[in-house]
Amino acid sequence: MTRYLSIRLLLTLITFWVIVTLVFFLLRLAPGGPFDGERRLPPEVEQNLRVAYNLDQPLPRQYLNYLSMLGHGDLGPSFKQKDFSVAELVISGLPVSLAVGVMALLIALTGGIALGTWAGLNTGTKTDLLIMGTANIGLAVPAIVVAPLLALVFAVWLGWLPAGGIGGPQYFLLPAAALSLPFVAAIARLTRGSVAETLQEPHITTAMAKGLPRRRIIRYHVLPIALLPVLSYIGPAAAALLTGSVVVEQIFELPGIGRYFVQAALNRDYTLVMGVVIVYAAFILLFNLLVDVCYARLDPRIRLRS
Amino acid sequence: MNSHWLRQALFGSTLAAACSAWLALMVLAALAGPALSPWDPQAINWDALENPPSSSHWLGTDMVGRDLLTRIMLGARVSLSVALIATAVSVIIGIPYGTLAGYLGGRADQLMMRIVDTLYALPFILIVILLVVVFGRSPLLLFAALGAVFWLDIARIVRGQTLRIRESDYIAAARIQGAGPVRILIRHLIPNVLGPAVVYATLTVPGVILAESFISFLGLGVQEPDTSWGVLIADGALNMESAPWALVFPALALAATVWSLNMLGDRLRDQLDVQAARV
Repeated sequence: MTRYLSIRLLLTLITFWVIVTLVFFLLRLAPGGPFDGERRLPPEVEQNLRVAYNLDQPLPRQYLNYLSMLGHGDLGPSFKQKDFSVAELVISGLPVSLAVGVMALLIALTGGIALGTWAGLNTGTKTDLLIMGTANIGLAVPAIVVAPLLALVFAVWLGWLPAGGIGGPQYFLLPAAALSLPFVAAIARLTRGSVAETLQEPHITTAMAKGLPRRRIIRYHVLPIALLPVLSYIGPAAAALLTGSVVVEQIFELPGIGRYFVQAALNRDYTLVMGVVIVYAAFILLFNLLVDVCYARLDPRIRLRS
Repeated sequence: MNSHWLRQALFGSTLAAACSAWLALMVLAALAGPALSPWDPQAINWDALENPPSSSHWLGTDMVGRDLLTRIMLGARVSLSVALIATAVSVIIGIPYGTLAGYLGGRADQLMMRIVDTLYALPFILIVILLVVVFGRSPLLLFAALGAVFWLDIARIVRGQTLRIRESDYIAAARIQGAGPVRILIRHLIPNVLGPAVVYATLTVPGVILAESFISFLGLGVQEPDTSWGVLIADGALNMESAPWALVFPALALAATVWSLNMLGDRLRDQLDVQAARV
């Protein structure tokens, strides 16, 4: 187990480094720089700016500088939003993005597992058909469609929830719902197949033969096994939900970090783009690590192999 | 592989036949639609701003009076071709990678699959957005970037298939005859994993369509006056209070296409499993 964990941890760190390096050089490859606005700066001023932000040095040097800065937990100053450091911008936006992402993940998990289990216990019935039919539709309707429709119905027509902006938890409900819909569907499909398959296992037959109550069998014998594939799906799902918030933040005018990302990339605000990618990547990698650890704890085959 | 199971998967039930028909209609609309339409998809018409669906504009017009049906058909052209080309790219990367990993086995295989697992965890849409922003918005780049994201699934499936057939008698026979690894890969392994790879590629196409719409929605993909379903949905969402049809119809076209592709992809996969179980 310790060996498994340390290998996992090492791989996570390597992945993190790969992302940082990839994005760093990708941005520097791009034509244009952070200081070409509509008004051309006098060459002396631009030169001074470059010196101030260490952009006058050779690329490998800049890269090492950035890595050492990162090692000290510093994300650097924003090139475009002059009075802010990247860390300040990220800290102000992160709670919003996380709130939307986590809420969407919770909706996806509870909704998806409940629906999937229900369908999986009743395969071949009308209920199953109905749930899976709906799930298939959910898979085909992306957030860019669901989000405006939800806003139109619940905010504009019915006036139950705010259409955008920031405030109490009710402001996150529509964005999270819009974001989570395809994932509710995906998790429901996954759970259904897995529950139906687990029901065929001999140990379930044994449990039934012993006359255990149905609820007990489902809870203690079916679900712990059936939910393993769902667990491993959480990693990619969390990644997609977090990055998906880029779009939802745009639609609902939420001041999260996703909104910075596109703008910063267009502005060539190198440090801000790096900062957002690094924060996203850190969360996603951490999440995957957690999922792997849970998986190893639940599945003895992984635990024993290493 | 005979063609019977293919027919079974694509037309075996009313629903499957409806899905196939819808996709055929979309392809036809993408190819011939804009030419058949009496309306110019780009011409701004000040007399027909945000007209609801009528006998002359079947699906209504957008905020500058362009015929929505014609725009949707034009959008289908872009959305579908991006999806097809990106899928082709992902197959071209995924098949050699997967077969090689499966064929080599052992440590090399573990390493190659570890890389795939690791890449799975990346915030890929962000990297695609970066690529597009950085290198300009050429559609060609969008294809390549999306293809480079979606090859992972194909590689996994293909590797699994390769592991299964690697120990077959005919591979052993080829090896005994003195065929080198390259020949075995190209002549024997790749042709035999092609079927499953293509089936899983049908499940990749809807994913790419959704990704393209996501990027275009952010204003980073296809640019005016060109259009795609993502662009149309973004435009429709802006004015949905006064002209809801401009959001609903492109969204329906997208959803129905993705739904049909998922449906047929699932059926193809199920049929493939049945075939595999029989062998």
